[in-house]
Amino acid sequence: MLRDITLGQYYNTASPLHAMDPRTKILGVIFYMVILFTASTVWEYALAAIFTVFVIKVSRVPVRFITRGLKPIVIIMLFTLVLNLFMTSGGKELFHWWIFRVTDLGVETAVKMAVRLVMLIMGTSLLTLTTSPIALTGGIERLLSPFRKIGVPSHEIAMMMSIALRFIPILMEETDKIIKAQTSRGADFESGNLIQRVKAMVPILVPLFVGAFRRADELAVAMECRCYNGGEGRTSLRELRFRRVDGGALCACVILTAAMAALKILRMVGVL
Amino acid sequence: MSIIKAENLSFSYESEGAEVKVFENLNIDIDEGEFVAVLGHNGSGKSTFAKHLNAILTPKSGRVTVCGIDTADESRLFELRKNVGMVFQNPDNQIVATVVEEDVAFGLENLGVPREEMRRRVDEALKVVRMYDYRTYAPHLLSGGQKQRVAIAGILAMEPRCIVLDEPTAMLDPIGRDEVMETVRRLNREKGITIVLITHYMDEAVKADRCIVMDRGKIVMDDRPASIFPKVEEMRALGLDVPQATELVWELKRRGLNIETGALRSAGAIESILKMTRDQL
Repeated sequence: MLRDITLGQYYNTASPLHAMDPRTKILGVIFYMVILFTASTVWEYALAAIFTVFVIKVSRVPVRFITRGLKPIVIIMLFTLVLNLFMTSGGKELFHWWIFRVTDLGVETAVKMAVRLVMLIMGTSLLTLTTSPIALTGGIERLLSPFRKIGVPSHEIAMMMSIALRFIPILMEETDKIIKAQTSRGADFESGNLIQRVKAMVPILVPLFVGAFRRADELAVAMECRCYNGGEGRTSLRELRFRRVDGGALCACVILTAAMAALKILRMVGVL
Repeated sequence: MSIIKAENLSFSYESEGAEVKVFENLNIDIDEGEFVAVLGHNGSGKSTFAKHLNAILTPKSGRVTVCGIDTADESRLFELRKNVGMVFQNPDNQIVATVVEEDVAFGLENLGVPREEMRRRVDEALKVVRMYDYRTYAPHLLSGGQKQRVAIAGILAMEPRCIVLDEPTAMLDPIGRDEVMETVRRLNREKGITIVLITHYMDEAVKADRCIVMDRGKIVMDDRPASIFPKVEEMRALGLDVPQATELVWELKRRGLNIETGALRSAGAIESILKMTRDQL
């Protein structure tokens, strides 16, 4: 059961988005978030939505994989929706009952917020759907490397992420083994109230942690034996290629973001 | 030409305030190109000895020189570790990367080898251990024997002169064990890489050119496998087994049959038995 887990949610297919440099995609997501949070009028939302649909089409990832990312945040979305609906002050009153007051401004804010959240999740999950975990760590390392000078441990962060990815399946398997071993000796994980169940987890977590520390120790020795000495003077087998399509995509993102910002400024100074 | 030289090597550690001596005044000399198996019961010091060969541990007193480098010389640590590769028992705990070829490249990345050169050496190492077709796999999808071969490839890519394997087959099934042993033997024969194999599987030790038997921090035997294994009683007194074939002919002899002892492999045992039956006819 635990054996066939996939790491992250990478959807392996050939698409222009998959072939792009991970750095482009990471930066693209940052620009995308800026766009979403500066959008305020319906037209701006429409523009962002068109952009989202276009990128999803280009990625060739089935839509159900993208919407799957929405499931865990349904509750948060409902919460913000309700909160925005009832807590927004101002605007024309549409509905009033007891202490609840719904205004047209409230409806507008609530809908915008929900749309913004949905687009945010869909857009960002596209990053992990189209970029393998290793490419992602490589991209993060390279993007953070200019900040090394001010003390950001970019190589160490990437190394930690990649080791974590490497050991997730191993520790999952170990958890599975421990659960079976404890169950075969009469441990009960399925009944009782919440507190009892949490308590039943302790005999799983203790051996799991002990094992993880032992592994970490052995891995550290093995890494040292292979001349690991931090990021200094290190080369890399994986080559990140920043191609013309990356440049184009990044330009498009910058232009779009700049356009959004310009619209916002024009509105603020009262031209629009 | 000796590649590994331990002179008057002593090592001890502290445990609950008391000093535990692992070994004292150990002298070992291993020639370049040799395939040496180090045998011994738990606590004989064989693993601790292995850890001295690439300076995971450094001597309390005495000296270890490997490839002409004193292991206590910290300024030449990376040069030493580049030349002396180490393969450990648990294949999972020595694979660093999430893709086979990236793991093989790990040592080269650390050494700062240029990309084209790295690509060439990684591919070659993977071909030598016959894992080239699996180069884009995630390590957790491989069998134990395959993972251990990937670990060997990672060492091999650094082009070492010597490989130390610390019970590399202890966690493997019989098929994985054969795969690893076949690879190790080939590296020794074809590439002339010096092999130090720490093991407690006697059927593996038989494949070595030379066996060093350790007991409580001392070398008690140091000879060709054909000379040490027929000493079944001595080996048993040290808490060690002998290969099954050796044991079979030895038992037959003990039960009063007029058989030639000393066979190390099943083929040899069959020959001895046939010879015995022929002689009786």
